[in-house]
Amino acid sequence: MDFSHSLSLILPEIVLSVAGLVLLLVAAWGGDKTSRAITIASCVVLAACFAIVAPSVCAAAMGPDTVAFGGQFTADAFAGIAKLMIFAAAGAALVIAPAFFGRYGIMRAEYPVLILFSTLGMAIMVSATDLMTLYIGLELQSLAAYVLASFLRTDDRSAEAGLKYFVLGALASGILLFGMSLVYGFTGTTDFGGIRAALSGGMATGALFGIVFVLAGLAFKISAVPFHMWTPDVYEGAPTPVTAFFASAPKVAAIALTARVALDAFGAQAGAWQQVVIFAALASIVVGALGAIGQANVKRLLAYSSINNVGFILIGLATGTAEGVSAMLVYLAIYVAMTVGSFVAVLMLRNAEGEALEAISDMAGLSRTKPLLALCLAMLMFSLAGIPPLFGFWGKFVVFQAAVQADMVALAAIGIAASVIGAFYYIKIVKIMYFDEPANVVQGRSDWAHWALLAISTAAMSPLGYLLTPWLGELADGAAAALFLAA
Amino acid sequence: MSSILIIVFAPLLAAIVAGLGNRALGSFAAKLVTTGALFLSCALSWPIFLGYLGGDVPAAVVPVLNWVQSGDMTFDWALRVDALTAVMLVVITTVSALVHLYSWGYMDEDPDQPRFFAYLSLFTFAMLMLVTADNLVQMFFGWEGVGLASYLLIGFWFKKPSANAAAIKAFVVNRVGDFGFMLGIFGTFLVFGTVSIPEILAAAPAMEGASTIGFLGMRLDTMTILCLLLFIGAMGKSAQLGLHIWLPDAMEGPTPVSALIHAATMVTAGVFMVCRLSPMFEAAPDALTFVTFIGAATCLFAATIGTTQWDIKRVIAYSTCSQLGYMFFAAGVGAYGAAMFHLFTHAFFKALLFLGAGSVIHAMHHEQDMRYYGALRKQIPLTFWAMMAGTLAITGVGVLGVFGFAGFYSKDAILEAAFASGTEMGRTAFWVGAFAALLTSFYSWRLMFLTFWGKPRWADSEHIQHAVHGEHETPDEEHGDSTHANVHPHEGTAGYHPHESPWTMLVPLGLLSIGAVFAGFVFHHAFIDEAAFWNGSIAYNEGLIHAMHEVPLWVKLTATIVMLIGLAIAWLAYIRDTSIPEKTATQLGPVYRFLYNKWYFDELYRLVFIVPALWLGRVFWKGGDEGIIDRFGPNGAAWVVEKGAVAAKRVQSGLLTSYALIMLLGLVAAVTWVLF
Repeated sequence: MDFSHSLSLILPEIVLSVAGLVLLLVAAWGGDKTSRAITIASCVVLAACFAIVAPSVCAAAMGPDTVAFGGQFTADAFAGIAKLMIFAAAGAALVIAPAFFGRYGIMRAEYPVLILFSTLGMAIMVSATDLMTLYIGLELQSLAAYVLASFLRTDDRSAEAGLKYFVLGALASGILLFGMSLVYGFTGTTDFGGIRAALSGGMATGALFGIVFVLAGLAFKISAVPFHMWTPDVYEGAPTPVTAFFASAPKVAAIALTARVALDAFGAQAGAWQQVVIFAALASIVVGALGAIGQANVKRLLAYSSINNVGFILIGLATGTAEGVSAMLVYLAIYVAMTVGSFVAVLMLRNAEGEALEAISDMAGLSRTKPLLALCLAMLMFSLAGIPPLFGFWGKFVVFQAAVQADMVALAAIGIAASVIGAFYYIKIVKIMYFDEPANVVQGRSDWAHWALLAISTAAMSPLGYLLTPWLGELADGAAAALFLAA
Repeated sequence: MSSILIIVFAPLLAAIVAGLGNRALGSFAAKLVTTGALFLSCALSWPIFLGYLGGDVPAAVVPVLNWVQSGDMTFDWALRVDALTAVMLVVITTVSALVHLYSWGYMDEDPDQPRFFAYLSLFTFAMLMLVTADNLVQMFFGWEGVGLASYLLIGFWFKKPSANAAAIKAFVVNRVGDFGFMLGIFGTFLVFGTVSIPEILAAAPAMEGASTIGFLGMRLDTMTILCLLLFIGAMGKSAQLGLHIWLPDAMEGPTPVSALIHAATMVTAGVFMVCRLSPMFEAAPDALTFVTFIGAATCLFAATIGTTQWDIKRVIAYSTCSQLGYMFFAAGVGAYGAAMFHLFTHAFFKALLFLGAGSVIHAMHHEQDMRYYGALRKQIPLTFWAMMAGTLAITGVGVLGVFGFAGFYSKDAILEAAFASGTEMGRTAFWVGAFAALLTSFYSWRLMFLTFWGKPRWADSEHIQHAVHGEHETPDEEHGDSTHANVHPHEGTAGYHPHESPWTMLVPLGLLSIGAVFAGFVFHHAFIDEAAFWNGSIAYNEGLIHAMHEVPLWVKLTATIVMLIGLAIAWLAYIRDTSIPEKTATQLGPVYRFLYNKWYFDELYRLVFIVPALWLGRVFWKGGDEGIIDRFGPNGAAWVVEKGAVAAKRVQSGLLTSYALIMLLGLVAAVTWVLF
């Protein structure tokens, strides 16, 4: 592979990093008044990256042609589909931000730049086929995220969220690094292909330790139980656009990365990690469902909801089959659309002074004061609960189908039973909006960008979403095939 | 023969239009559509029936659609028309059409007329489905359909708790019969390998005594057990002794419903079924003996109760029950033609009596208790003459060889057949039937005398009181109670003037009167004597018919004699000396109370079935459902979830150190698990 081909494969990452640096300079010179221009420019950059990656996904790119820099980086269809979701989610995080920060008078020019750098980190994560690349991407994403979490630095909760995220993230990084060093120590390589080859003959106990530590470090990023403890606090404390971002893009990146590590690098020892993933999946579903029930803050509730959803996604991974990975990707795509829509709807809950409302009790009787918003939110809640004919059902369906096909009927059955518990709190929100006496605190008009995103998300979650299934399924199948070809 | 399609499906279409259109369609349009459809069906049915009178017309089968294909079992949805069906067609469509028309007047003030007419038409469709069935499953469809319609119509005034209770009672009791019917159908399919009625009937004669079958741990004759099971279905639907308790309560429904469903058509479905499957029953003599016994017992039992009731509709209801008993014992002795003939004439005069009673009730402002009637002959003369025609028909007035009202021919034929059958059970049935005929005459004339003769006794009726207040005082009902004391009864009439019913109610009465007067005279020859008319659609016992004509003269005169005795007693007790009934009731206290309380069947069933069923239900509900299923199921799961939510919240302390600790513990746990 010649160098220029490698460069062409990392074109999106080059564009992102150059644009990020240039815009940072502009922000440094121009100050906060350039924030609007920088936000627009960042969106354009993300759209351009989206356009660059899209063809490789449609063509289901795979094989040696997609490997750059001697195996350190892979731009196959699997990475591509993850990147598309990441770019879209990052774009949404940019679009919804000005209206939120604008009300506080602190729309800083650094926000879009940080989003860009974080996105760059995620793009590297999903393409990483070497432990070093993986770590660089992960840390780039994380460092940007720590700053974003405490972006409302005068707000106690935001600062607390950033600090907690940073400390626990550092701990997780330490665990990950320790695992990586063990894996390197026992296999003698950091390349995924090399690790797989080394493990295929048999495995030393130390390598097993390494695998578990690496996966634990990654589990922190996807907030799977028992590494989820940071999630509710950070989601609640971080500014809502940032929370929307955390709940979508980094989830995609971390899950795609975990899938690649588990199936590619550790694919030869699937038995070693499958039990752990199954446990994490079930524990996430149950804890996510139970934890959400007692919540009074809607962002906290959505945090538990994301834990719950990660559990379902991990069921797809736990199967270790191409069908499972395909189902996982379909679920991810649906999940990203649902969760972004939900957070946008939360962003639109404001009182007469324009202050954000986060208490679930404030949504009482919303159907009478804001019928359209209540309808959209109700549809998103039903979709999250996985109730047909809404599109959220499809994601759960394909995941359970993959589990059944992989002879994991018990896993699917427990998952289905636990999703009933989850349905309780989603439907409770609908009940509060539709049947309780109006609290009449939600006032004022909402930003057009919010309405637009909410409309797109709700439309995708409506039964119309099923029109996408053949197309979505084909892309996911192609991506899964790419991952398994490498593995 | 495709007119049969219109006959059957026009009422269904009308029911759908009126039922779904409901309020949007409006009362008038709903009435017009349903009644029009029924008169169309009726107009198309009579030519078919008259065509069969010529004799030797073969059965026709009109396939509608392929219904079930499942392994060995395949059958079509097909409409079968033969002489037996044709008889039922005219009975159903004629009575139904007239009842529809009658309801225009009777239900005029009801706000839910579209629903009522939709139900009536739906019932008619189901009944037609039943009688045109080509296989047992299709018959069962119609059977259940009429049961449903009956339930809906009995409970039509669903705001009345008694109507709801009666509807549920009718449905539940019918389920008991239907269970037997279903077992019978299953068994028939098991034995014959088909549900097609013609195939079963063709194979039935060869099966007589040919095999035994295990049932409830016993070895029983196959045909006997099949016929008994099927007959249990007939007992439920036709309110025979034991499963009769729903029929009197069904009078809670509107009177036109009583006339159509609980007198003329649905309750005769059991008789029709036995006749339709008559070759099967012929192959099971023991079952036939049982049919005769039940029929005769019902005939007597219901007639005895009928003599003591005060509610005009209940008297007629018990009379219906009793007449159905006649039909069954006629079938039981093998005179299926006579059974069908009595069904045919009974449909006319019993519908007439019910509609007449409805007209009386209408005139008397919804008063149904005959103790508050009297002297209505002059007030509502047209209704009186219609009721008179019905009474003459049911009591069987006629002169041998000259002319008789409808019941004269059919009841005579049944009694003669019972006598001529020569069996011990047949002879018993004859004497029971003769005694029941005496009672029939007595309670029918008692009804007439109490209602139309004597002095007015209206003043004590609450309904009449209300009516009088409404007419004489201000229309404002709030003052009704304060003026209550000021009313001075005018010699028992309370100043009330009964009014004759509108023409929509009188026209059906007139047409049915014609049937009650002439149906027996015109058709008795075809029904009783002509094998060519039936043309194989029922088992026709040539020898029995012969023997019927050879019975001694006193047998032929028995019915007339007992009729006259019954009339004389009624006249004595209710015209000549009106103190007799009370004296008799006092003297025969226990007997009277036994009859008045309907042989204590309701009380017995309450003790034997309802109380234990409720007890068992409570055990399952409190102990099983709430104690076990709910406790360890939904409620238990909810409890676990609730506790889990609390625990999850407690763990989420907000302390960074504990978060880190949990992460590390999780890691240690994962490593430990993987290692071992």
